[in-house]
Amino acid sequence: MGLTAKERMAIERNRMGEQPPDLRNRNFEEVPYGYTPEEAVNEAKRCLNCKKRTCVSGCPVEVPIPEFIALIAEEKFVEAARVIKTKNVLPAVCGRVCPQETQCEGQCIRGKKDSTQAVAIGNLERFVADYERENNLIELPEVTKKNGFNVAVIGSGPSGLTVAGDLIKLGYEVTIYEAFHRGGGVLVYGIPEFRLPKRIVESEIKALENLGVTIHYNSVIGRLYKVDELFKELGFDAVYIGVGAGLPIFLDIPGMNLNGVFSANEYLTRSNLMKSYLFPKYQTPMIIGKKVAVLGGGNVAMDSARTAIRLGAEKTTIVYRRSMEQMPARAAEVHHAKEEKIEFRLLSNPVEIYGNKDGWVTGMKCQNYELGEPDESGRQRPVPVEDSFFEFDCDQVLVSIGGQANPLITKTTPDIEINKWGYIVTDDWGRASRKFVYAGGDIVTGAATVISAMGAGRKAAKAIHEDLMKESNETTGDNGE
Amino acid sequence: MFEIVEKSEVFNVHKIVVTAPDIARAVRAGQFVIIMGAEYSERIPVTVSDWDAAAGTIVLYVLEVGISTLELARMQVGDSLFAVTGPLGVPSEIKNYGTVVLGGGCYGIGGIYPIAKACKEAGNKVISIIEARYKDMFYNEKALMEVSDKLLYATSDGSKGKKGKVEDVVCEMLEQGQKIEQAFFMGCTQMLERCSEATRSNSIPTKVALNSIMLDGTGMCGACRVSVGGQIKFACVDGPEFDGHEVDWNELHSRKAAYAEQEAGVYQSYSHECMAEKKFKQELERG
Repeated sequence: MGLTAKERMAIERNRMGEQPPDLRNRNFEEVPYGYTPEEAVNEAKRCLNCKKRTCVSGCPVEVPIPEFIALIAEEKFVEAARVIKTKNVLPAVCGRVCPQETQCEGQCIRGKKDSTQAVAIGNLERFVADYERENNLIELPEVTKKNGFNVAVIGSGPSGLTVAGDLIKLGYEVTIYEAFHRGGGVLVYGIPEFRLPKRIVESEIKALENLGVTIHYNSVIGRLYKVDELFKELGFDAVYIGVGAGLPIFLDIPGMNLNGVFSANEYLTRSNLMKSYLFPKYQTPMIIGKKVAVLGGGNVAMDSARTAIRLGAEKTTIVYRRSMEQMPARAAEVHHAKEEKIEFRLLSNPVEIYGNKDGWVTGMKCQNYELGEPDESGRQRPVPVEDSFFEFDCDQVLVSIGGQANPLITKTTPDIEINKWGYIVTDDWGRASRKFVYAGGDIVTGAATVISAMGAGRKAAKAIHEDLMKESNETTGDNGE
Repeated sequence: MFEIVEKSEVFNVHKIVVTAPDIARAVRAGQFVIIMGAEYSERIPVTVSDWDAAAGTIVLYVLEVGISTLELARMQVGDSLFAVTGPLGVPSEIKNYGTVVLGGGCYGIGGIYPIAKACKEAGNKVISIIEARYKDMFYNEKALMEVSDKLLYATSDGSKGKKGKVEDVVCEMLEQGQKIEQAFFMGCTQMLERCSEATRSNSIPTKVALNSIMLDGTGMCGACRVSVGGQIKFACVDGPEFDGHEVDWNELHSRKAAYAEQEAGVYQSYSHECMAEKKFKQELERG
C-alpha cells in the first residue's frame, strides 16, 4: 500500500453516521449506523503502523491492532475480524462498549495532539465484526479432541462467555449456569438496545452453543447447587465464578424507598431484559417518569438517563458530585447524552428525596460540592460546600452509584477467601483460594468494564487449562506409567 | 422442562404442580421460586408449598391478580412454564422452639405447609391457623392437619371456626394463656401486619414471609427492598422472612401498590375470553 506517512496524516478521522438526536430520543434502535466499507478502508489508511505499538499495550487483551487495521486497508475484512478474534472473542460487543479513549485510542500517536484525531480503532473493530456476522462468514473455530474434563461456568456475562469459548476450543466439556432466563449477563439486562443490539449477544451465544457449550438458564448457583455440589454431585473438575458485581447501593438519605426511586439495575433490567418499553405486549410494567433525576456519572447512569428520555421523560438530569472531566462514563456516552438534551448538575449530591403522602417522589434537595485535594484514585476529592443547598422537582430518581458484592455464592461456599468488601480474592490468573475454583470480572474487581472482565476470563481459562493438564499428568504418573 | 403435571383451582387460588427436578432436590421450607408463564410474562415470585424430590416436582399456589397470573391460571396440564428459577431466599429457621403457631391466608394456606411439616419433624407442637372469607375457600386442609397438632379456622362470615381472622384466633389463644414460642405468618401484607401486631404485646418472636415486588430475585436489582429495623433489606436474598415487629409496614404497603395503576389498566382491558363459552365450543367441535 503505497501511502506515505504524510498522506496518511492528511486523512481526517471518519465520523460514523448516526441517528439524529431528535429521531433517536424516541426509539430504542442503535444510535451509530456503523461504517460503510469505504469509510472503514479510509479510516484504516490513517494508521501509521508504528513500530512501538502503544495501542496494543493500551488494550487489556492485547488485540493485534495494527495488523487488523492493515488488513482492513487491503479490504480483507473477514481476515481482519479473525485476527481480532485470536485475542478477543466478542469484538462486535467491545467495538461498541469499550472505553477506547482511555485504552487503545488513548495511546494512539495520532491522538497525541488532538485526542479526537486518534485512529477510530473501536469503530473499525465493530465494522469487521459486523461485516463477518451480517454476511454469515463466521467460521466455527477448530475444537480440539475432547480431553474428558468438565468445567462449570457460573454466569454468562462477558467473562463467563470468554472462559466458555476458550475452554470448549481446548477440548473441555463446558456448562454455563445462568440465573436469568436469557444469556449475556450485563450485556442483556444492563446495556440498552440502543447501545448494544441484543441480536449481537444472541449470535455470540448461539456460536458458543454450536461449539458444544451447554447453557442452563434459570439456574442460581449457591441456591440450586452449591459450588461444593458442582464438584461432588455433578462431577465438575473446575468451577469458574463470573457472577458480576451484584447488589446495588442506595444512599443513606431520607426518601430512598419512596415509590419512583429505582436502582439503575432495576430500571434497566425492566426496560432491557423484560422489554417493559413494549408494555403491555411484554407484561412487566414500568413507571414512566416525567422529570427524572439520575444519580451518578458512570456508563450505567448515562444508560439510565438515555433510557428515561426514550421512555418519554420530558426532562432528565444527571446529578453527579464531581466535575465533567472526572466522569467515569465513556466519552461517546456523555457526548450522546448531551446531544439528547440530558442536563448535568455537576458538583452536587442529594441529601434528601421528598415525597408526597402517598409515598411517591416529588423532588430532591441537593448540596453543592467543590473539588478539593486528590484522593487515592488521583481524582480531586469532591467536598461539600457548607450551607449551600438547592432543590428541584422530580418524579423519578434512578440511583446509579455503584454496587457491592453479591454474597449468594461466597456465603454458601465458606472456603473461598473474600476481601473486606466481599469480593473474591484471586491470584493474577483468577485462581481463588480453593483448588480448582476460579473467578473473574466484577465479582473480583468490583464494577469495571466488559473488556477487563473478558481479559480476566481469558487468563482464568489459561489457568484452568494449565492446572487441569498438570493434574492429569500427575494422575497418569500416579498410575505408575 | 417445567411441564405442568397437575392443576386445580379453589376460588381463584390455582394449584400448579410443575416438573422441576433440580429445584425439588434443593428446596427447603420457606423458599420461593420466580416463574414466567411465557417469554413475555412478568417474573413472579411464588412460595414453594410442597415438593417431591423423587418425582422431581414442586407445588405452587398462584393467585390470579393480573394479566401474567391470569395467563398462568389458564395454562393446562401438559403445558410448560417458560421459566422457573430457584429455590430463592433463605430457608425458614427450623429448630425445636416448643410451641409454634403458623398462620396462613390466601396462598399462605398452602405456603405454611412445608414450614409446619419441618417444625413438626423438629419436635415442635404445631398449631396451624388458616383464614378465608368463607368455609369453601379452604384447601390443602388434610395435608396441613397431618403435620399439625391442632388446625384452627377463621372465616369472615363465621361459616367455619372463629368468625374473624387469624389474628383473632391468636389473640384468643393468648387470652386463654396459651404459650407460643414462635410464630410464622404467610399471606397478604395486611394480614402479616395485623398478625404481627397481635403478637407484639406478648413479645412473641414473629416471622413474616414478605411478598414485596421482585424482579431478578438474586439481589441484583433492589426492587424488593424493605425497611426492617430501620435498615434496607432485600426480601429476595435477606428474606423472605423477617421479624414482623421490625418491618416498616406503611412503606411496604406503599411500595406494593407502585404498579397498581398500570396493572389494573391492562387487566381491565385484557381480552377476557369466557371460559364457559370456550369449553362449550370445544365440546361442540368434538361433537
